[in-house]
Amino acid sequence: MSGLWDLLTILFVSMGVFFFVAGTVGLLRFPDSLTRLHALTKADNLGLGLIVLGLLPRVESPQDALKLLLVWALVLVASANSSQLIARKVRREES
Amino acid sequence: MNIPTIFGICASMLIGLGLYGIIIQDQVLRKLLSFNLVGTGVFLLFGVIGRRGAEGGLGGDPVVFGLVITGIVVAFSATALAVALLIRLHEETGDDTLLDEAPGEEEK
Amino acid sequence: MTGDLIFCAGLVLLILGLAAFVVAARQPFPAVVGFVVFGLLVSIAWMCLAAPDVALTEAAIGGGVTGALLLVASAKLGDPSKRGQKMKLARGFHVLVILLCIAVSAGLIAVVLSLPERAPTLALVALDPLESTGVKNPVTAVLLAYRALDTLLETVVVLLAMVGVWSLAKDSDWAKKPAFGYSPERGGPLGLLASLLIPVGVMFCVYMVWTGSDHPGGKFQGAAILAAMGILGLVAGITSVPAVTNARLRWVLILGPTVFLVAGLMGFASAGYFLAWPPEFSKAVIVLIEVALTPSLALMLGLLVAGPPRHSSQL
Repeated sequence: MSGLWDLLTILFVSMGVFFFVAGTVGLLRFPDSLTRLHALTKADNLGLGLIVLGLLPRVESPQDALKLLLVWALVLVASANSSQLIARKVRREES
Repeated sequence: MNIPTIFGICASMLIGLGLYGIIIQDQVLRKLLSFNLVGTGVFLLFGVIGRRGAEGGLGGDPVVFGLVITGIVVAFSATALAVALLIRLHEETGDDTLLDEAPGEEEK
Repeated sequence: MTGDLIFCAGLVLLILGLAAFVVAARQPFPAVVGFVVFGLLVSIAWMCLAAPDVALTEAAIGGGVTGALLLVASAKLGDPSKRGQKMKLARGFHVLVILLCIAVSAGLIAVVLSLPERAPTLALVALDPLESTGVKNPVTAVLLAYRALDTLLETVVVLLAMVGVWSLAKDSDWAKKPAFGYSPERGGPLGLLASLLIPVGVMFCVYMVWTGSDHPGGKFQGAAILAAMGILGLVAGITSVPAVTNARLRWVLILGPTVFLVAGLMGFASAGYFLAWPPEFSKAVIVLIEVALTPSLALMLGLLVAGPPRHSSQL
């Protein structure tokens, strides 16, 4: 049974890593700021979320699971905000 | 080659890099950044020595780690005072370096 | 080569690469951003060195508050290419500097590699009287019981640095408020972020200070989080820094160090010397000092970032 949980962990963390790599490649290769922000949000929200989901079977107590989910929620809020602010600045500088 | 040794090497190279930055950079803000690099390297060196002193079920020597925490806070206060001085210098002279000759005279 | 070792080696490479970028970047703004990321990576390095208290402090103060300070500074200084002066280095001097730095690094690496097998340590000495201090976190015991004098002096040093920053104001500006130099718009995404994050941050601060007695945490980390929440409120436009002549501000600032000093002086009466805690009350005194110090420290750290009072039309 614990082998199944380990398999799930490896699966989800690998998918999360894939999204992080995709986000980084997008950051390096996309032509302008707005498209790069688009790539970064995938890494932040989806990649981190999958890694957190993958780590959930390994926690020692329910409070640790809640802490992991809280980390993800805070990163979501912060990244949504900073993407919005950067995008507004880019849009203002263009016009 | 164990974990503390790797970080010891990292800390030593950070100190060398930061020292280079302090001497070479002409803007004071960049010098401050490099000074903070040196400070972080010194604290990491402390941490390596503290980690090697792990005994009695602890992860490391708590006295050393307490010293490092104090050091981090004091380093931040020093940086804040330096930044305030730098901004004042910039307001008074419009310059953010400490050079006092025109570029032409400094050619060697 | 275990997985831990490979992870730490990779982390070290990243840290050194970022440090090289901070030194070699052309513009100051990317260098400051690189420095903030560097601080966060170093806090992971502290976890590799099994020091969670230091990792929390480095992330909060080294990465967070110092990053805010340097970003404000680089924004105020503006674009360096507008200024004409640039230092021209002689070739020989440059080579000499590089050799000096390599020599310093090599010397330190030699010292690290030749450290004795059995490291001398004070861990057991620190663990012995732990029960009589009432706290279970040995680092907190070191900071507030064994070396309480260091912590008291450190608090006063931060206060003096803040007074030093205040003293840089022009005489005519003394009664004004410290300003970042731009008027933030009210509402907007930063306002939403501030209204969401500030209550969470205050809760974190209380948790850190409270749990610091028995688990990793403590007042420095809590105060840094509180200061960061204050800075967030400042840039979001929902609070403003009180003027430096504000009496309540000054009372809160000296509250922490005063409580610490008074408790230390009472140690003469109760246990025989300065900063001695009698074992029955030790935990209570330590918690009281931490709770009193947290708002003072948070205000000091926030005011250090806000800077001296200035006329708000200056940038």
